[in-house]
Amino acid sequence: MRKRMVVVEGSYAVAHAVKVCKPNVISAYPITPQTHIVEDLSQFAADGEMNCEYMNVESEFSAISALIGASAAGARTYTSTTSQGLALMHEALFNASGMRLPIVMTVVNRALSAPINIWNDQQDSISQRDTGWIQLYAEDVQESADMTPQLYKIAEDEDILLPAMACMDGFILSHVYEPVILLEQSLTDEFLPDYTPEFVLDPKNPMSFGAFADPSTYTEFRYKQEKAMGVALKRIEEVALEFSEKYGRYYGGLLDGYMLEDAEIVIMAMGSVIGTIKDTIDMLRKEGENVGLLKVRSFRPFPADEIRKALKNAKVVITLDKNISVGKNEGALCTEVKACMYNNRDVLAPVIGFMLGHGGRDIPVSTIVKMINKAKLVEKGIFIESEFADLREDLA
Amino acid sequence: MSLLKPGHRGCAGCCDALAGKFVLDALGEDCIVVSPTGCLEVFTTPYPESAWGVPWIHSLFENAAAVASGVEAAFKAMGKMNNTKIIAIGGDGATMDIGLQAISGAFERGHDFTYICVDNEAYMNTGIQRSSGTPMYASTTTSPAGKVSFGNPLNKKNMPAIIAAHGSPYVATASVAYAPDMIRKVKKAAQIKGPTYVHVHAPCCTGWKFEGSKTIEVGRLAVETALWPLYEMENSEITGVRKIKNRKPVEEYLKAQGRFKHLFTMEGGAEEIKKIQATADWNVKHFGLD
Amino acid sequence: MKLIIKTVAKPGSTRANKTGAWRSFMPVFDHKLCSKCGICAIYCPEGVVHKLENGFFEPDYEYCKGCGICANECPKKAIIMVLEGK
Ligand SMILES: Cc1ncc(C[n+]2csc(CCOP(=O)(O)OP(=O)(O)O)c2C)c(N)n1
Ligand code: SF4
Ligand code: SF4
Ligand code: SF4
Ligand SMILES: [Mg+2]
Repeated sequence: MRKRMVVVEGSYAVAHAVKVCKPNVISAYPITPQTHIVEDLSQFAADGEMNCEYMNVESEFSAISALIGASAAGARTYTSTTSQGLALMHEALFNASGMRLPIVMTVVNRALSAPINIWNDQQDSISQRDTGWIQLYAEDVQESADMTPQLYKIAEDEDILLPAMACMDGFILSHVYEPVILLEQSLTDEFLPDYTPEFVLDPKNPMSFGAFADPSTYTEFRYKQEKAMGVALKRIEEVALEFSEKYGRYYGGLLDGYMLEDAEIVIMAMGSVIGTIKDTIDMLRKEGENVGLLKVRSFRPFPADEIRKALKNAKVVITLDKNISVGKNEGALCTEVKACMYNNRDVLAPVIGFMLGHGGRDIPVSTIVKMINKAKLVEKGIFIESEFADLREDLA
Repeated sequence: MSLLKPGHRGCAGCCDALAGKFVLDALGEDCIVVSPTGCLEVFTTPYPESAWGVPWIHSLFENAAAVASGVEAAFKAMGKMNNTKIIAIGGDGATMDIGLQAISGAFERGHDFTYICVDNEAYMNTGIQRSSGTPMYASTTTSPAGKVSFGNPLNKKNMPAIIAAHGSPYVATASVAYAPDMIRKVKKAAQIKGPTYVHVHAPCCTGWKFEGSKTIEVGRLAVETALWPLYEMENSEITGVRKIKNRKPVEEYLKAQGRFKHLFTMEGGAEEIKKIQATADWNVKHFGLD
Repeated sequence: MKLIIKTVAKPGSTRANKTGAWRSFMPVFDHKLCSKCGICAIYCPEGVVHKLENGFFEPDYEYCKGCGICANECPKKAIIMVLEGK
């Protein structure tokens, strides 16, 4: 069966994917570049195409808080935000995960203020790394949409029950018009089971949610969250395969390799920059260079074992980060990739961290080539630990 | 037996425990309670125990109204909203300070729920710090009386008026010292469709510095001195007022509590008490309490 | 073992915590003076003053914290607070 492609905006493809997942409650608050998603959803609701409560709340803090209540009441829930909105949610993100509420949220990645900037980088979701949310990063519009039912299925798994973020790059994916296949309702109904949690707010079976835990019980809450992330490591792979069987599309589970097997220089990255990296690799391969890509799809849970396996043959590893931990002079992917190798002798390749694409700065093929050239210098004993890859010399 | 079960860790004589008990007496089993962080939340739910005999959820300090609105939306969306009452019970800090925005949003959106403020006039759970519910000249740990200060210099925020301004169909004040009146008002608030509000005066023995046995007595004095007027508003109009038969001077209320002790020992205290009396007199005129 | 922790607590389970041990004064109810008005039951913050079959009231001493509200509010002065252990 040939599937029908339509050219739609990335935000529309995501909104449509949300619609076919049939959430009961959606909360929304505007912020560029996320707005089109919740606008499209409100139109679906206004046209009677969705059987849900669509809440226009007064802040992102209430957007996530309302979903905490709704999810505890047994509803499938959705919201989407960006940057400042996600930062405003910070406290409640921990809370949603600690209460084990499988809320799904699309994070349209954007830079954080100051200086205020509406364009893409990934500082916003990376800064929420430790909140206990699953985080997957999409490479293109189709994957951004397809991630939605996958994440509901993973988050709502009774052995996981963790909230999840589908991260897509702002503007680059949210505002681009691309040919995509809109998710079919019938396939999604088959793919995604109903959400039927064991514990809900119900007067017939009263339970208390969000109790106060003292030192004698608190640790085990964290331990069980970590265990659930461990289950998610397996389920992310399985669900990606189940999705591919049902819909015929696959983007990798935790990771995805491109020209990886014999690659001496391996580039690791997350999100839409993957496309540019693939183009660069295609070009360089023609010139006989052994360059490959390891796409990181799941940042939380972090697939340390899988990364070590994938990097076994690498001579040099390059990480790309659209974020920075100021004061560490590194992005998060760089730090984490290095950390997962330290206690393991399988991978001896050095890791070079590049930070780039902040606040929407374009990442052309030439920047990637420049980084690869720097990686080649390692052989000659010239090693860079980590640096900004795309500084403007006139401003720096 | 009460739906708020014993074994909780509230102080002996706790006002918040009484408020929680009265709310559940009014509502019965078919309700869902949302609590923000605060004394009532902490002392009722030390994991894995809970004093609540009804479904209950605590999320954070500032978001109870938003959580309650989400519960309501979920019940509506899933067709479960039969007669179930959705209630938020927050302290003065959670309500009048940090949670005000979420409350405003929830009232403006018109969710069918009732918000109950249990006003013990300070941040008790963190150790009696001043809030916008603290009355003038109360000494708290962050507005202490001192050589050059009579304590909290500011007037209490008029929260019921703020809610009424949102167009709420029902706003009432109540007191834990007037249980039948409070229970009637909570019941009425829960039965009226839309977002409704009950602001409950709750004398806290630990924070206000009086003996636990006097919780009700102190609450009564607040009403009898006209410092805590009991009234109901429907669609922003005052529709019911509890008249005061033999109004007492405010000194009787003030001297019953350690937090106002300095007013009776410091030079110039008597002058300052006159300002508090003026507030009571204004209440009498404004609400027609005589 | 189930992987998800039971993040919920059972209703009314604080009853495991017998707060009667907190008490330093104990309310003693004198039925001879009592008018069976029930005010003591209404204003007990622990909700542990019960009506007996004969219409009189008694607290559950397993939980009574000895706050003395009942004694203070009793219109008949039918409740007195007695130092524990006396
Ligand atoms: C964001 C945030 N800030 C501060 C606190 C600390 N905190 C917890 S309870 C509380 C006081 C609660 O005061 P109130 O709402 O008046 O309730 P009470 O304890 O007096 O009944 C404070 C300040 C918190 N939990 N969260
Ligand atoms: S401090 Fe006040 S409100 Fe808090 S438990 Fe004690 S009496 Fe109750
Ligand atoms: S308050 Fe006093 S008089 Fe009334 S029932 Fe209780 S003991 Fe009896
Ligand atoms: S002393 Fe306090 S806790 Fe004990 S029965 Fe009387 S009111 Fe209840
Ligand atoms: Mg308070």
